[in-house]
Amino acid sequence: MKGNLILEDGTIFQGESFGAEKSITGETVFSTGMLGYPEAITDPSYIGQILIATYPIMGSYGVANSKNWESDGIKISALIVSQYIDTPSHFQSEMSLGEWLKKEGVPGLIITDTRLLAQKLRDKGTLLGKIEFTKKIDFYNPDSDNLVAQVSTKKIVEIAGKDGKWKNKTIMMIDCGAKRNIIKCLNKRGVKLIIVPWNYNPFTEKTPINFDAILISNGPGNPKMADKTIITIKEILKRKIPILGICLGNQLLALAAGGETKKLKFGHRSQNQPCILVGGKRCYITTQNHGFYVSKIPDGFKNWFINANDGTSEGLMHKKYPFMSVQFHPEAMPGPEDTEWIFDFFLERAFIN
Amino acid sequence: MKKLKKIIILGSGALKIGEAGEFDYSGSQTIKAIKEDGIKTILVNPNIATIQTSKFLADIVYFLPITDYFVEKIIAKEKPDGILLSFGGQTALNCGLSLNKKGVLKKYNVEVLGTPISAIQLSEDRKEFAKHLKSINIPTPRSLIATTTTTAVSIAQKIGYPVMIRAGFALGGQGSGIAKNEEELKKITINAFAFVRQILVEKYLHHYKEIEYEVVRDIDDNCITVCNMENFDPLGIHTGESIVVAPSQTLNNFEFQHLRSAAIKIVRSLGIVGECNVQFALNPNPKTKNKKSTNADIEYYVIELNARLSRSSALASKATGYPLAYIAAKLALGKNLTTIKNNVTNVTQSCFEPALDYIVVKIPRWDIEKFKGADEKIGTSMKSVGEVMGIGRTFEEAYQKAIRMLDLDFEGATSQSMLWNSTKTTKQLLEIATPKRIFAVARALKEEMSIEQIYNLTGIDPWFLSRIKKIVETEKNLPKNIKKISKEQLLEMKKMGFSDRRIGYVCNVNGLEIRNLRKKYDIKPSIFQIDTLAGEFPTKTNYLYVTYNGEHNDVEPTGGDGVIVLGSGPYRIGSSVEFDWTSVSTVMSLKKHKKKSIIINCNPETVSTDYDVSDRLYFEELTFERIADIYDFENPYGIIVSVGGQTPNNRAKSLNAHGCNILGTKSDDIDRAEDRTKFSKLLDELNISQPAWDKFSHIKEAISFSKNVGYPVLIRPSFVLSGTLMRICHNKEELIHFLKDATLISSEYPIIISKFIEEAKEIEFDAVAFKGIIKAFIISEHIENAGVHSGDATIAFPPQTLSESIQVEIETIGRKIAKALSISGPCNMQFLIKNDVIQVIEVNIRSSRTFPFISKVTGVNFIDLATNAFFDIDFPEINIPKPKFVAVKVPQFSFARLTGADPILHVEMASTGEVACFGENIEEAFLKGELAVGGKIPQKGIFISLGGEENKEKFLKTAKKIVELNLPLYATEKTTLFLKKNGIYANKLNKLHEKASPNILEYFQNGKIDLAINLVEKHLTKDETDQYTIRRAAIDHNIHLFTNFQKATLFISAITSNYLKEMHIRSWKEWENYKK
Repeated sequence: MKGNLILEDGTIFQGESFGAEKSITGETVFSTGMLGYPEAITDPSYIGQILIATYPIMGSYGVANSKNWESDGIKISALIVSQYIDTPSHFQSEMSLGEWLKKEGVPGLIITDTRLLAQKLRDKGTLLGKIEFTKKIDFYNPDSDNLVAQVSTKKIVEIAGKDGKWKNKTIMMIDCGAKRNIIKCLNKRGVKLIIVPWNYNPFTEKTPINFDAILISNGPGNPKMADKTIITIKEILKRKIPILGICLGNQLLALAAGGETKKLKFGHRSQNQPCILVGGKRCYITTQNHGFYVSKIPDGFKNWFINANDGTSEGLMHKKYPFMSVQFHPEAMPGPEDTEWIFDFFLERAFIN
Repeated sequence: MKKLKKIIILGSGALKIGEAGEFDYSGSQTIKAIKEDGIKTILVNPNIATIQTSKFLADIVYFLPITDYFVEKIIAKEKPDGILLSFGGQTALNCGLSLNKKGVLKKYNVEVLGTPISAIQLSEDRKEFAKHLKSINIPTPRSLIATTTTTAVSIAQKIGYPVMIRAGFALGGQGSGIAKNEEELKKITINAFAFVRQILVEKYLHHYKEIEYEVVRDIDDNCITVCNMENFDPLGIHTGESIVVAPSQTLNNFEFQHLRSAAIKIVRSLGIVGECNVQFALNPNPKTKNKKSTNADIEYYVIELNARLSRSSALASKATGYPLAYIAAKLALGKNLTTIKNNVTNVTQSCFEPALDYIVVKIPRWDIEKFKGADEKIGTSMKSVGEVMGIGRTFEEAYQKAIRMLDLDFEGATSQSMLWNSTKTTKQLLEIATPKRIFAVARALKEEMSIEQIYNLTGIDPWFLSRIKKIVETEKNLPKNIKKISKEQLLEMKKMGFSDRRIGYVCNVNGLEIRNLRKKYDIKPSIFQIDTLAGEFPTKTNYLYVTYNGEHNDVEPTGGDGVIVLGSGPYRIGSSVEFDWTSVSTVMSLKKHKKKSIIINCNPETVSTDYDVSDRLYFEELTFERIADIYDFENPYGIIVSVGGQTPNNRAKSLNAHGCNILGTKSDDIDRAEDRTKFSKLLDELNISQPAWDKFSHIKEAISFSKNVGYPVLIRPSFVLSGTLMRICHNKEELIHFLKDATLISSEYPIIISKFIEEAKEIEFDAVAFKGIIKAFIISEHIENAGVHSGDATIAFPPQTLSESIQVEIETIGRKIAKALSISGPCNMQFLIKNDVIQVIEVNIRSSRTFPFISKVTGVNFIDLATNAFFDIDFPEINIPKPKFVAVKVPQFSFARLTGADPILHVEMASTGEVACFGENIEEAFLKGELAVGGKIPQKGIFISLGGEENKEKFLKTAKKIVELNLPLYATEKTTLFLKKNGIYANKLNKLHEKASPNILEYFQNGKIDLAINLVEKHLTKDETDQYTIRRAAIDHNIHLFTNFQKATLFISAITSNYLKEMHIRSWKEWENYKK
């Protein structure tokens, strides 16, 4: 069946469906990552977004079981590829990408010239889009919604750490749409995790939980929508509890500490973003997936990393206290594993004075 | 790090199987990178056809062998501060290790730049390397070192068959192999020990995937992987022999990142500074404890590491657009990756990993059938002579493009012409890997063999097989009538990479009719950039490809300033780096004429496909269809077809018909030289002599013609895959035998027979003409008599034996022909001289293989001159003075690679590369050249076998000279008797099949002989097999072998009169200034 991708500037791209034949709308973004589609499309940060893969061949290794995903299911609104492979080959594959999209009710369109789409978004900036089959629908801007609330955990979950260096430590993770590998990265270091909803404030609860440090996870959309999280972080800062922010967590930390965030023209969505460690000779290849960035560094903080391509801030470090954050994904999945050391660095800083 | 002022760079010498044009690419980029930093470069490379040895690159060039002996002398003379070892392949690396071991580098205080020598040593010693990897928890396959065949056998029993034999320090896996049993193991190990002292016997990992990473690391520990690649063929096929795709297709994120991290860990642990290639074996079906598998299931091993630029890095560089060699050179100078400008994008950093939005497919080009007796099986050691890279937005598109790029008249994946004379079943063709296998895959799919079954037979991942199946099915579903093809169907075919000709073939029309249908339907390909970042940022990159999986163009047409230059296509026997030099030189000259150069080429080993060579680079097919597409889009001033060898030349006619403006000699005139009948008529009209010839469709006529002109005759069949399969027949029996055997004669495919003139001299005449007037020319002379292909000949300049008068006569004939064909641009003519009679054997209206040689030796750039002619600019005639020195071009053979191939020289070309060296006399120049292609001055013993009386008498004078060497002399029975009769004592050795001691084989094996001379009778004789086994055994035991009388004589004369100490260490410039 044919479907149309309609952009807010009026352009229409016709494509062949390989997913659910359902009309949807969202923000159109592109990612240049060449692989890791199961991890990417289950990343809650993508909620509300129509994802265009610039790598043209998608679906090659099928879909492994849900243990390998980054959340409980597909989070993107729709997937656009240049060529869809319906003959996956991998020992872990349990279904094809198309079958999965259908199963989860997510549209997938084959639009040959995805390079043109990426160029359009790069030049014009991110555009709203919709995919229409038979039913006509209106555009929708996900930035106007509190997307974090949609993907955050509804209840508090505790996960015990594995055998590791930090066996006796507990971190409270504010789940703004956390990828599972953040949890795995901490668990394998022995840390016990208490995962709380985005609007959970440990300081106002009747039965407060005990924790040694805070992790603010990645998540979707405009950070300013997660107002309640910002309030909680302000409190944490006051109490000098160690903080690690990842992606949206970086932006939330900045806002809570008095910084500012803005929307990037077309975002950073790829697995090859070079980030320079400020004051050093090292550059790290990172996975990124964000539309907003920290435009003003809060007082007391300095840039930890900067993007080698466009010079934007890629992480914050407090000059005195163990408050730190990164705009990229140290947990990778998908992408290079080169910055997993961020977790070790944070744990050392947080727990060894 | 000390301040560097002068760096010596070692090249890789002649192109050979396993070490080819990729090192011209890496060396050229390196020189550029170093010069940018104001450092003086000294290059040692005898390969005169390379671009790196051009005037505009290295400051000082030595055309000398890359051996410790010569390089030490150059170091002593030039006193460089640093040396680069990782840009000239294994040859440079081995030479560097040897210089280090001998203390030369220390003595002259020369710093090894980039990866430290200790890391190179560690990576080259298999045992130590495996130990090292174990210490950092990186798995290697279970293996043990053997230094004798007996230990190898006992190791194999311990590990269990099948086992893999790997030879260390070997170019492209030479001496490696897979043994399923003891017998096979013995055969491989005996062969391997002829080259190396230790081998590795390891568990063979059946049908594992082979995955490679190209890693870059700087002195501050920044480390990135520029590219990963997946072999289409499973483990067991050398990566140089395998189809390779980039990026990998069947790995998931976990596997990809796990291997990436392992590669980085290894590179860091070794302290690599620069570039490194890591190869892994990955189990496609690891044993999982439960069915609900998780990402923790991965089973892999490191199988290979190259701590230097390699063929894979050249491929990775072209596949991604990332200038690996350039960056590696900067890192070797101690730069930090974040400080190096990204010249490709100009907007992003060098410290990043390219994101592709296309797929590349590399396919090797083999010419195995060109070698008489060679085994067509491919496996763990390299046999291919070149490669192509197809770029597309689907595997189907890239794969079918690559198949056509091979320039073997295959129209795509479904082409069956490779299998035309095979008697094997599809199953047999799949089971044993040969160049035919990929076509057998398509056939099997057509015959509806299941993907599972094909996978079990081949080990090719079902992912690739499914894609090929899609191609086969799409073709099957195409209407057989052109009128019934819809726009959607045609577009679908084009998106899958089908050529117009193939589509036409299916519905029984020609390609042009499909082209017209495409026009009618407005189906045009898109022009896309390779920008290294998948369109994330706008870039000005000039690196382009053409795809039907797009709906826009990334660039605007160049228009009237543009000139298309057609490159050489894949390197192969007969067309190699020399045509890259001519292409690149043309591009350089176009700048002078204020034209924008547009290169079309598809060979990832070339410099012409480098990002900073041309104004625009189309990494594309050199098919008529694709050239015409690009021409139509670019709408250029014109197109040059005469600098890329025969492939572009062959396109002249169809491009002319398409309305392209062909620069230089007119297409009709090219045709008059190419078409034998027309050309012959022209020679008759001009009253120029040529050997008698005719065309035949029946054996009977062929016999009667041959009888009339007199044997021997030269036979050229008109239909043979990838070659001409020429043969000389000395009598009627041979003629009948050859024609019947080859079933090569029919009315559809007539053969050409010409009189073969024996004992004649062969002459090359290279020239540039303007509107029929020759403006510059060079006459050079073959050392070997006619009968050795001109590409295999040793060529001397200035001519050594030609009288002034005969040279004047050659010039007169050359001028006449140029005039008659109105040549404007480069040309090459070949002449035979016997008893002062000159005959024309060939005229090529294009630059020839000798162009770089003559241009560099004379200092007159023939391509630069020719470019004037392309633009109708007249220029004065140049009288080129004869130099005071002698330059000799010496061929490089790669027979050791080609199991079973007969190393004899004949009318069919067999050499894979060449060098040229200079000397005060021919002996000095030739000896240097011979040493540069792997020759050795005998120290142990010389073996002689002279077939027939004529050879014996002829060789006597030389044999007497050999005695002066005071080395033990060995010979076959008859030769011993003959020598004895003439007062020369030689030890008699029994022939191989006689098995009796003392035996030739035994002496070869025990290293008692280091020079073999085997001259054969021209006629088929009973003992041909004996002679063949001697030659082959010499090759298999790495013994320097001569089979040609003139060449052997010259060599003996050189080593008896002009020993090593008299060889002058002079740079190119010094030779140019040399006056007797």
